[in-house]
Amino acid sequence: MRKVAIIGVGQSTFGELWNVSFRDIFLSAGVEALEDSGLEGKEVEALFVGNMSGGRYLAQEHIAALIADYAGLSELNVPATRVEAADASGGLALRQAYMAVASGMHDIVIAGGAEKVTDVGAEMAMDILSSSADREWEGFVGASLPPLFAMIARMHMEKFGTTSEDLAMISSKNHRNAVFNPKAQFKREISVDTALNSPFVAEPLRLFDCAPISDGAAAVILADFETAKKYTDTPVFIPACSQASDYLAVQSRKDFLTMASVVHASRNAYQQADVEARDLDVFEVHDSFTIAELIAYEDLGLVKKGEGSKLIREGEVELDGSLPVNPSGGLKACGHAIGATGIRQAVEITLQLRGDAGKRQVDAEKGLALNIGGTGATAVVTIFTR
Amino acid sequence: MLPRFWRKIKYRYDLTGTECETCGRQYYPPRNICPTCRRKSSIKEVHFGDKGTVLSYSVVHDVAENTKMRKPYIIALIKLEQGPVIVSQLVCNPDEANTGIKVKKVFRKYGEEGESGIIYYGTKFVPTTD
Repeated sequence: MRKVAIIGVGQSTFGELWNVSFRDIFLSAGVEALEDSGLEGKEVEALFVGNMSGGRYLAQEHIAALIADYAGLSELNVPATRVEAADASGGLALRQAYMAVASGMHDIVIAGGAEKVTDVGAEMAMDILSSSADREWEGFVGASLPPLFAMIARMHMEKFGTTSEDLAMISSKNHRNAVFNPKAQFKREISVDTALNSPFVAEPLRLFDCAPISDGAAAVILADFETAKKYTDTPVFIPACSQASDYLAVQSRKDFLTMASVVHASRNAYQQADVEARDLDVFEVHDSFTIAELIAYEDLGLVKKGEGSKLIREGEVELDGSLPVNPSGGLKACGHAIGATGIRQAVEITLQLRGDAGKRQVDAEKGLALNIGGTGATAVVTIFTR
Repeated sequence: MLPRFWRKIKYRYDLTGTECETCGRQYYPPRNICPTCRRKSSIKEVHFGDKGTVLSYSVVHDVAENTKMRKPYIIALIKLEQGPVIVSQLVCNPDEANTGIKVKKVFRKYGEEGESGIIYYGTKFVPTTD
């Protein structure tokens, strides 16, 4: 396998982008990534795109060809492939691009992610995202994503003493970080009290425990190390990009408080990259719900099962802590553009490792991104190093 | 959406699932292949009785337009006395919902396909002292 490097990154603003079309959104991310890399465009050999549901959000399929076309790659006849794993689609696109370069099949590849959700109403947007769970046996009884994560949260609280305040602190932290991220959807602080007093969505989860569903796109350009040297003095390497799956429905899992996919993908990635969880300096994890971030602390091995709340209570996961998590603001405050999120995480870790993260910069040589689909039936864990 | 949900009404209307005779694991919803035994699976249909215990639950406030008549509704993970864990709805006052309570199955309406469309029925649970 060849050593794979990131030579360029780009990201659109995340949010409710009413006046911008799907094409404009991904184009802004792609152009930024090309400019960042110094590529002209014709050097690109392949494109992988993460997109959960162009079909239901836009009634548009054939998304990869559309993106290649409007990104100006149609004259080059570049192979363009869309991959889907609900809100882990971006992570999958990154992994496909990584494998294409690592294997020697291609030298320069774009991994992108894009989603436009505001062309349908908020209720339909959540219905579509909830199709990441089991439609016939969870969706049928009304178990959309919020109640599924809510039941996990209640169980974690009753078994391990995690509190609503712990979850509110995670939300508040992510909002605080987003203030320093110019691309974030919610660039404003919210207090723990505000989060604790927001209305219930699905008890015990409240409004501020739930990430928004956003429009947005992101792109990273990968190259093998030899090629990367021609374009950048600050490559960010990907020593491992690991993917795992689990039972689709929560009810089928042996342990409701552990995402086996996350445990499996992370241990595989640590072994391949020869790192330990706590050796890593910066993390972007999938906080579609605050409880998902807390459980990620445990499943990634930063703390033992049941002790996730310690990290937020003791401030370790803050920007100035020893294990900063979601410096971008995470899904909660940077925004959750479904298929774009996994790539957006890779953009953030790259900026952090290059020292380009502005006021949210942490001191980091090694980073990790965790992207999950739905309630965790897919997980992608990627390790990044300087 | 009619055929898709109708196809499995046998399993929705009653607590019928499957069991692997090779390893004894029980499945709801029913499966044709046991994930533990895979090709060595030997699947048979079983009834899981009508009682269970609530492992976790959520009172759902942010509900879809087509279920707003039942707002809030209660989703629960229930360990069946003679079967696996299933996700279903609890029919009770939110104050009565709690982890550890005993529940029994009832046959209830889940939704409908528009004003003149098909009505979906299935299994829900109510608290019981039996």
